[in-house]
Amino acid sequence: MLTAKIYVTLKPGVLDAQGDTVKSALETLGFKGVEDVRIGKFLVITLDGGAREQATAQVEQMCRRLLANPVIEDYSFELEEAGG
Amino acid sequence: MKFGIVVFPGSWSQQDFHHVIVNVLKEEACYLWHKEADLKGSDCVILPGGFAHGDYLRTGAIARFSPVMREVARFADKGGLVLGSCNGFQILTEAGLLPGALLRNDCLHYRCTWVHLRVESRHTPFTSAMQHGQVVRMPISHGEGRYYIDQAGWRRLVENGQVIFRYCDEKGALTKEANPNGSLDHVAGVCNERRNVLGLMPHPERAAEAILGSEDGRLMFASILYTLARA
Repeated sequence: MLTAKIYVTLKPGVLDAQGDTVKSALETLGFKGVEDVRIGKFLVITLDGGAREQATAQVEQMCRRLLANPVIEDYSFELEEAGG
Repeated sequence: MKFGIVVFPGSWSQQDFHHVIVNVLKEEACYLWHKEADLKGSDCVILPGGFAHGDYLRTGAIARFSPVMREVARFADKGGLVLGSCNGFQILTEAGLLPGALLRNDCLHYRCTWVHLRVESRHTPFTSAMQHGQVVRMPISHGEGRYYIDQAGWRRLVENGQVIFRYCDEKGALTKEANPNGSLDHVAGVCNERRNVLGLMPHPERAAEAILGSEDGRLMFASILYTLARA
């Protein structure tokens, strides 16, 4: 089995209102030197068998068609052997 | 004329639209369950507000793959009139039927309030009964209504006159205070290049009777009916 760890983030330049709010909360708590906070999504998808190459192509399609909106978001992912 | 109102799990404005169309305008309306790939002979399709599929993943992200949306896309492709309000607007952008995207409000609030809108173009089937520059009043109710599009897309929108409504003050001025969610250049509603698909964050169906505070939403329905009657 393979596990896909997928990261979906707002594109650079797209205002992240949530991230900005968390940044100011961190500053309120006294954390110094916080340049920027960006909030994204982290998805873990477990795949039932299949070759790595095939899984890469499949996850790529998942990201393009559903998991990320190309207008506002970028994505990246890594594949790992599950339970390895 | 027959209006088809799409209902997803989590839609919430379908009954308001139905009420206005049937009881106020005395026209025909039917519900289109999202799993049915049939528009039931509708002359105009409406995607109402709400939280389709819980807005899980992103607003409209799951709803766009419902069977009914294939038919909505076909209908739009043939020139059929499609109106999306609030969540309906979000779904239309996710489906690629309208350009851009709706992001979380910049103000940390879910905004549920009355807003003023400036009509930027009356050259659409949805605004033909309005005047260019007219200020209309409708309510909004959303947490993710900040319109965004990249620079290239923005240039195309402006060149084609696809920005149809902008948030403004009661005099039509684009003040910072009048923009309730941080939308790019005050955008409240846009149409597609062909101008037969319109999305807006405000709720025309909640502004169609004087007792509710505004009848300005009626102008949108009047525009649609006028367009359909001429077709």
